[in-house]
Amino acid sequence: MKCRVCRGPAVIDVRRHNANFCAEHFLRLCRDQVAKAIRRFDMLADGDRVLVAVSGGKDSLAVWDLLTELGYAADGFYLGLGIGDYSEKSESYARRYAEGRGLTLHTVDLPEAHGFDIPGGARAARRAPCSACGLSKRHLFDEAARGGGYDALATGHNLDDEAAVLMGNTLRWQTEYLGRQLPVLAARDGFPRKIKPLVRLGERETAAYCLLRGIDYIVDECPMAAGNKHLAYKAALNDIEVESPGAKHDFYFGFLDRASARFRAEVERDRGELAPCERCGSPTDAGVCAFCRLSERAAGPAPVRLTDRGDR
Amino acid sequence: MRVVLRNPTRELEVQGPVTVRALLDRLGLNRESHLVICDGELVPGDRTLPDRSDVEVRSVISGGAGDGRAGAP
Repeated sequence: MKCRVCRGPAVIDVRRHNANFCAEHFLRLCRDQVAKAIRRFDMLADGDRVLVAVSGGKDSLAVWDLLTELGYAADGFYLGLGIGDYSEKSESYARRYAEGRGLTLHTVDLPEAHGFDIPGGARAARRAPCSACGLSKRHLFDEAARGGGYDALATGHNLDDEAAVLMGNTLRWQTEYLGRQLPVLAARDGFPRKIKPLVRLGERETAAYCLLRGIDYIVDECPMAAGNKHLAYKAALNDIEVESPGAKHDFYFGFLDRASARFRAEVERDRGELAPCERCGSPTDAGVCAFCRLSERAAGPAPVRLTDRGDR
Repeated sequence: MRVVLRNPTRELEVQGPVTVRALLDRLGLNRESHLVICDGELVPGDRTLPDRSDVEVRSVISGGAGDGRAGAP
């Protein structure tokens, strides 16, 4: 296989572009795709300060690296979720990346700062671990971006993530979620602007980007994610992608171009008035915000565990 | 050749030479969700992997993208 650009030996084939690339031109493709996403969706202006939500995985380290390469002032924020060895290991990757490149990484430890970890919080609140994790991340990332005076909060959501979320939301016709599934959400009522600069890159490409840039990331999967629906949707979409290269791109960008606006009216109509949370001051439409309710349940008495007869 | 697979990490012996694409097919793995690294270098689908090489087949799928509430407050 030869590189589409220079005809030198290729290191990767990207079937949805019907092209192969050498390392140099693949890295340029990644930068170009991110720059194009930032431009098309008006994610960032010159001089914006960005906070990148960093997990130590390939996508968050890739987006931090790409934003820095493109000349944006980007700091990292790592949230320790208290998921045993996995959290310790993932933090070490984030720290190593930041130290090696002289970048600023802010860290918050959920158990230390809020008295609960994700496995415990999920049990106490009777939520799926990924749900408790998503809620905690959204709240604490927003708070960190607000507190640090950043113009935008960047996450490493890639094309596969967005296509899988879209598939899940479509299968259940979660119209409210569909109306909010955008690559950029404008700042409002105390929430920072949220951007997803990797939406034009698949996760095979973000992994290859890290390998070729010498970015060491945590390859192990989060133990709490095993068996979740998101992984099943990704597998189904990749089965389709093999037969029909470009299907994931067309599904997601077709939705943005031709369907997304149809769901936005509902989001605008149902948008509640926001007021500061009675506990933490974050904007909420519920008196006490969802994160504070989760914290309180996690810190309260443990729920009675129902066991089968053999355990009594 | 020695082939290391990740998530979970395991190791197997595969008879070479074999192309990257044929190796993934033989292992029943989707080429959209895996990268192949031969002797430390990323290799494309048509590359033939010599019998005496160290190969890593790396899954690129991450599952922790939350609960579908993209951007929800």
